Amino acid sequence: MPPLAQRNLFHDKVRLAVTLTGIVFAVVLIVVELGLFVGFTVTTSGLIDHSGADLWITSKNVPYVEQGVAFSERKLNQVRAVAGIADAQKVVAHWTQWKRRDGGEDSVQIVGFNVDDTLEQPWNVIEGRVEDLKSPDAIIVDELYKKKLGVTGVGEVFEIGGHRARVVGFTRGIRSFTTSPYVFTTFKNAQTFTGLREDQTYFILAKLAPGADLERVRRELLDRVKDVEVFTTGEFSHMTRFYWMFTTGAGVAVLIAAVLGLVVGFVVVAQTIYATTMDHVREFGTLKAMGAPNSYVYKVIMKQAAISAVIGYVLGMMVSVFVVRGSQAGGAAILMPMPMAVGMFFLTLAMCIGAALVSINKLTNIDPAMVFKG
Amino acid sequence: MQPAIAVRELTKTFIEGNAGTLALRSVDLDVDAGELLMLMGPSGSGKTTLLSIMGCILTASSGSVQVAGKEITQLTEKQLPAIRLEHIGFIFQGFNLFPTLSASENVELMLDLKGVTAKSAKRRAAELLDQVGLGEKRDSFPSDLSGGQKQRVAIARALAGDPKIILADEPTAALDSQTGKTVMEMMSELAHKRGRAVVIVTHDSRILAFADRIVKIEDGVIAGDADAAIAETSHGVRAHGASACAIPAHNLRLESLPVHNLRGTGFEATL
Repeated sequence: MPPLAQRNLFHDKVRLAVTLTGIVFAVVLIVVELGLFVGFTVTTSGLIDHSGADLWITSKNVPYVEQGVAFSERKLNQVRAVAGIADAQKVVAHWTQWKRRDGGEDSVQIVGFNVDDTLEQPWNVIEGRVEDLKSPDAIIVDELYKKKLGVTGVGEVFEIGGHRARVVGFTRGIRSFTTSPYVFTTFKNAQTFTGLREDQTYFILAKLAPGADLERVRRELLDRVKDVEVFTTGEFSHMTRFYWMFTTGAGVAVLIAAVLGLVVGFVVVAQTIYATTMDHVREFGTLKAMGAPNSYVYKVIMKQAAISAVIGYVLGMMVSVFVVRGSQAGGAAILMPMPMAVGMFFLTLAMCIGAALVSINKLTNIDPAMVFKG
Repeated sequence: MQPAIAVRELTKTFIEGNAGTLALRSVDLDVDAGELLMLMGPSGSGKTTLLSIMGCILTASSGSVQVAGKEITQLTEKQLPAIRLEHIGFIFQGFNLFPTLSASENVELMLDLKGVTAKSAKRRAAELLDQVGLGEKRDSFPSDLSGGQKQRVAIARALAGDPKIILADEPTAALDSQTGKTVMEMMSELAHKRGRAVVIVTHDSRILAFADRIVKIEDGVIAGDADAAIAETSHGVRAHGASACAIPAHNLRLESLPVHNLRGTGFEATL
């Protein structure tokens, strides 16, 4: 086929620029919103997903990780006694107050764990070591929240829940979905910082022995340990994500914005492709008069839409990558996993093809006899 | 021999709302291969409607139309493009070239529609443009061509489909007399040397000399159908048009035609 689609598209450079701007705008908006959604989702369950545990044992009716209810730490021994459990540890995850040196206070989420174990350790430690937490009052925070917490470096001392706390290290990229940063410390310190009684814990994390049947172990735990619920890490992660993204409406708002991006992109692209088609309507009439079947004419329009989609996608992704990278230093992570990038291509293509259908509908009804009119 | 186009009792009514406009009424017309026929008549007389129906672009309300021996009035709108593609080449008043395609690509487009491969289409387009004297201009875009050159590209495009029938709507209206003459010489050659049936709708009296037959339409009916030489005389074309358009020798048949052939044709008034 002679390059009619390409030529029509590139003939009017201003209109092409408008079309591409619309597509790029849509791509960037959708990537940012979906990326925020993915970022938020991953962030909400980050503690759970990085825990290294197979099972989370909680009090009854705990809807998500931040809403843990304290229960007796004696249950830890009951858990350890169940066949198939290779390891079990107490974990604290609870809000308390951080007092900056300027006197201001901020809410933080204390994460207390057994430093000698591998469960629920902080990840991406970029300064200091996890073992440094063994020193008195030691804490590790994420570098993202240095400014918020008034921290400038290792060795600085603050007050958490009215108790002394000393920064011994920093992590990178451990965000909190709420405005309260995570503060990693030992289980013992966490009890102190959060005012938890010495004989209580918020969660018990368990790791299965190799080859153990997860469902069987879960049933046995529920039989032997009273007044608790047992979730797989996946289940608890999903519950937490669902709570924050849908029960609170935060995720819905982001998704609606993504859909709006799609709608705006669709409208802009539909309008510009329609205008381009109308500019060339006489040529399409000529094509039909020459004997071109409708499918041939549709192919030209579809090709225009597909070319616009590919160029718009590439430009849009270039901008999006820039935005995504820029977000890494901010409080809200925009993530763009590979499946999303690939999915965006097909979404952009579908958006442009869908927009072209408006023009195709118009062309179906043009009368080839128009070629004889003046 | 079967005519290239055979029209019988053709009627076309355009319906708008509750009102109907009768555009053609009981039209009978044959166009033979190798014949150059001109359709004349005032604006709104129905000549373009007739051309459109013969070109399978409009459908008839009643009657019969055979194109290359195939009855087209029974065909659906989805079947008509295939008939156009196979048998008919169009030439338009406004050239209707694709402005974003080069001369060669305009011709290749027709070949692509016919299913010719890109490589063969390029070669064939070059041949056709050579034939119409535009071999040097094959890479030029329509905006860089004169009116006559554009129409020659349109002719090359029409020929690309190797049609048996060429339908032209005012092909010289936008051209000066010398360019119009060149274009008409090509049309004449298509009919007389290549055996195509050529139908031209025109108001341009300068080109009547090229016609084998002139059919006059008024108010949707054929008001006159005569050999060209008689019609030319009746219009006085020879008197004031001969200087612009030389009359091909084969049209000079006036002496052999009886005057009574023109009775009731609409041309007789000026005899």
